[in-house]
Amino acid sequence: MRQVFHWFDNRLPVSRFWNAHLSGYYVPKNFNLWYFFGSLALLVSMIQIVTGIWLTMNYKPDGDLAFGSVEYIMRDVEWGWLIRYMHSTGASAFFVVIYLHMFRGLMYGSYKKPRELVWIFGMLIYLVLMAEAFMGYLLPWGQMSYWGAQVIISLFGSIPVIGPDLALWIRGDYVVSDITLNRFFALHVIALPLVLLFLIGAHIMALHEVGSNNPDGVEIKEHKDEHGKPLDGIPFHPYYTLKDMVGATVFLIFFFIVVFYMPEMGGYFLEPPNFQPADPLKTPEHIAPVWYFTPFYAILRAVPDKFLGVVAMGGAIIVLFLMPWLDRSGVRSIRYRSLAYKVLLGAFVVSFVFLGWLGMQPATPLLTLLARIFTAVYFGFFVALWLISRHEKTRPVPERVTAK
Amino acid sequence: MKRLLLTLMMLVPVAASAAGGGHADLDEVDIDMGDTASLQRGAEIFVDYCASCHGAQYMRYQRIGEDLGMSPEDVKARLVRGDAKIGETMTNAAMTDDYARDAFGAVPPDLSLVARVRGADWLYTYLRSFYRDPDKALGVNNALFPDVSMPHVFWREQGIQEAVYKTEKGADGETHETLDHLELAEPGTLSPDEFDAMIRDLVNFMVYMGEPSQIQAHRLAPKVIGFLLIFLVIIFLLKREYWKDVKSGRA
Repeated sequence: MRQVFHWFDNRLPVSRFWNAHLSGYYVPKNFNLWYFFGSLALLVSMIQIVTGIWLTMNYKPDGDLAFGSVEYIMRDVEWGWLIRYMHSTGASAFFVVIYLHMFRGLMYGSYKKPRELVWIFGMLIYLVLMAEAFMGYLLPWGQMSYWGAQVIISLFGSIPVIGPDLALWIRGDYVVSDITLNRFFALHVIALPLVLLFLIGAHIMALHEVGSNNPDGVEIKEHKDEHGKPLDGIPFHPYYTLKDMVGATVFLIFFFIVVFYMPEMGGYFLEPPNFQPADPLKTPEHIAPVWYFTPFYAILRAVPDKFLGVVAMGGAIIVLFLMPWLDRSGVRSIRYRSLAYKVLLGAFVVSFVFLGWLGMQPATPLLTLLARIFTAVYFGFFVALWLISRHEKTRPVPERVTAK
Repeated sequence: MKRLLLTLMMLVPVAASAAGGGHADLDEVDIDMGDTASLQRGAEIFVDYCASCHGAQYMRYQRIGEDLGMSPEDVKARLVRGDAKIGETMTNAAMTDDYARDAFGAVPPDLSLVARVRGADWLYTYLRSFYRDPDKALGVNNALFPDVSMPHVFWREQGIQEAVYKTEKGADGETHETLDHLELAEPGTLSPDEFDAMIRDLVNFMVYMGEPSQIQAHRLAPKVIGFLLIFLVIIFLLKREYWKDVKSGRA
């Protein structure tokens, strides 16, 4: 056994990889609850890939057969319902976990030098994940799949000059059709997952190059013992592999409660109109995207002009990429930052949550006004952060982490 | 920080209950997938009252038997009408689409998933909201779904309801006659309570039919979650043991 291992280890960097990324990779010892969500995102991505493979075994990407094949999976395939609900719940769980993971990054300044690339790869993952989720949502070929895709693709049509041709190119047809379904299937099951895996790899490689931030926002590399090991660091394995397994188990308990008892999550994870087959001739009364897109959908609708709305929606995502340069404060963690910063971040979270709620509601004059206010707060966060962070009054940052 | 996380987590169910709405004035129905007797009665009502016009193209007779504890013989005797085989889906409605268009002006929709689209409360209210309306071709109208082209299938059991109107001043300043409530004008063979119970059985079955897997899911759930809870204790103790090194600075 040992010889077999050595045979491989002499030809493949097995133990070098294990050392570099697990047993010899030092991580701050003061991680709190918020640091579970990175490993949980990895877990959810694995759930999505495995359940996705099994779903493709029985799913038919065909305008006439797709809806029925999903019901076939739900009723006639052994354990099909479990695989499908794990996949549909996994999609929403992915965004829950990713949003909390991103918020953690904002709170502790994890995007700041030298972790700018970690943040940018993370944002790219988020962007590709949105495309992946959007295309996956078309596949059940229900009414909301169909009309949601119709609305979102038509947004591209509002871009001046190239818009209409671009929308046509995306759909491959003048309306969302069997052709659109086929190409979305190809992108959903092969192209985007490959891009995602590459980006996840890059995200983790970039992280391991510079080392993890922590709730105190101090660099553990600055205080090492005589062996060159960070004094406040502990090896990822076994300490954080075990701790993350505790987190993963708690997560799975919640995850399976949803899968078994409330897979529709009151119409948020699976929308009721999506249990009607796609009908190009019948528009649903109220078209709303799935919950994880609604903050951006609310921003889109808050702007009176359609094209400018699209610009605002895109801008709402792109501006997040710029966080490492918009935040000019030298202090990372919220623990040692000013009250002004805390208020700003709080306002940002409140506006994001409310925009998410507003994006699900039918547009009324009052709600549109609210959406405009919260859109202003959303973008105001970035402007105000840039302004205040230059000369922000921060509290002294400790030399070492403050864990007990 | 922990409090913030908890707050964020609590927002999810709060938002979820906020979205359930839509129709505020629906009557609530008690859905219980554990009430097998009700589900079996509901299946029979569905077959006898609904399935002559409506299909359920994704629901197999056999599956009903397996999930609701009925033997194949039982299923054949109580549920299969005509010459359908037990392994088939419930698509043997006697009515053709052309006939339906002629007689009712519309093809009756497939009902496999209707409970997931409309919701249980909607179905329960809808099926009990037919009233006499001589202006309509079928002689009835529905308070929840005005001008629906479906006859009142349960008129013998429920009896005939009539609409009671009230006059209201609309936003335009004019007065309008609006439907206030329904009154039982001619009693049926069942008392109102008995009739409500009958429709509850039917809706219970239709909720099951929309998602038969929930019977399996509810059976499997305690085992999976129980396992995870036990695993959580073990993995937590293991983690705590290892982390003693960290607390004592030996890691």
